[in-house]
Amino acid sequence: MSLIYPRDGLKAHPLNASPAYASTLKRAPSQPLILLPHTLSEISGPAFGHSAVQAGDSDLTLRHEGEPLGERIIVTGRVLDEDGRPVPHTLIEIWQANAAGRYVHLRDQHPAPLDPNFTGAGRALTDAEGRYRFVTIKPGAYPWRNHHNAWRPAHIHFSLFGPSFLSRVITQMYFPGDPLFAYDPIFQSIPDAKARERLISRFDIDTTEPEWALGYQFDIVLRGRNATPLEEPHDD
Amino acid sequence: MTERRAALGLTPSQTVGPFYAYALTPRAYGGSELVNERVATDGVPGERITIRGHVLDGDGEPVPDAMIEIWQADADGRHNAGGNAGFTGFGRAETSPEGFFHFETVRPGSVQGPDGTKQAPHLAVSVFARGLLLRLVTRIYFSDDSANAADPVLALVPHERRETLIAQRGPDGVFHFDIRLQGEGETVFFDV
Ligand SMILES: [Fe+2]
Repeated sequence: MSLIYPRDGLKAHPLNASPAYASTLKRAPSQPLILLPHTLSEISGPAFGHSAVQAGDSDLTLRHEGEPLGERIIVTGRVLDEDGRPVPHTLIEIWQANAAGRYVHLRDQHPAPLDPNFTGAGRALTDAEGRYRFVTIKPGAYPWRNHHNAWRPAHIHFSLFGPSFLSRVITQMYFPGDPLFAYDPIFQSIPDAKARERLISRFDIDTTEPEWALGYQFDIVLRGRNATPLEEPHDD
Repeated sequence: MTERRAALGLTPSQTVGPFYAYALTPRAYGGSELVNERVATDGVPGERITIRGHVLDGDGEPVPDAMIEIWQADADGRHNAGGNAGFTGFGRAETSPEGFFHFETVRPGSVQGPDGTKQAPHLAVSVFARGLLLRLVTRIYFSDDSANAADPVLALVPHERRETLIAQRGPDGVFHFDIRLQGEGETVFFDV
């Protein structure tokens, strides 16, 4: 199966020149990007074998002696290409703050407690149907210094490497109904409201496990379309 | 011709933020590294090369929280070739507090380009950082390679900016490649 990578979908992404997010001011390039034809260097990508992920990497609540504090959640979904076909064997790496909104990162200065039972990093490979599943705790919102009284909506950072260099993406998953969306220049940097909504996970009662954890569904669409839709047999 | 279904909307990018290291480059946190700056182990065939550089912002200040990834062909110009143990072609490095990064790898072979052309040896590069909402894509070419003159991608870049894509080999044999995000000497970034 060979994939092509049309550029039409790229308008879903934020512009790096997004001045409401102050860190962009000295970091966004000022020169126009140069259009790069897709060569073998771009349409190929690393393969991640099963050795990339250890058993337990996808359960962030089991890394320490005790259980982390916070609301236990299940985050699951499918990784799809632009034609809606599952993207199997895709590496997903996640990281997040703890329930109090504090990262274990050494430079996080937020005066909220660290949780000795929570690091907040996980990995998974999608299965043959493009599915992944993490168990974690719901991260807290946290303040930052972008502007007066700036708070990030609760989020989990997601890093994905699909089948090619062109399907590499890093993003953030949000939770439904967060009152901070309207005030967050990072979330609002995505120009199209429909595209923003694609970063909001969906609470799902069927994913929720009784007496144990709330469930959220989050599907991810990576670049790539079937080069020859007619000749492809139906593979689902 | 068959009518294509409308494409699904892409999941938009967001910044990697300042706190990715304990997950993506977790050596200092005692985490297991999936990938790091050593792209080739000792037994991998090819000329060993080291690439060093700094990431600098629009004021020329070092960027201490960037993550650089490279993707490359092996010494024979093959991407993702099976059977090349110790080499995936994929590398990842975080910048130091001084904005410094480096990679240890093998010099890639030349790779086929558009319309039967040949591309000069190069690395595909992604730059992620706080303040970048979407990764920046650039390339690293090598100053001592005469094939650069005929490279179809370098040919797309205005002459006066081409040098920003070429790692300069120092007297110690190390290739130097700075990434200037903005302003004077700004690195060429590509729309992919
Ligand atoms: Fe964050």
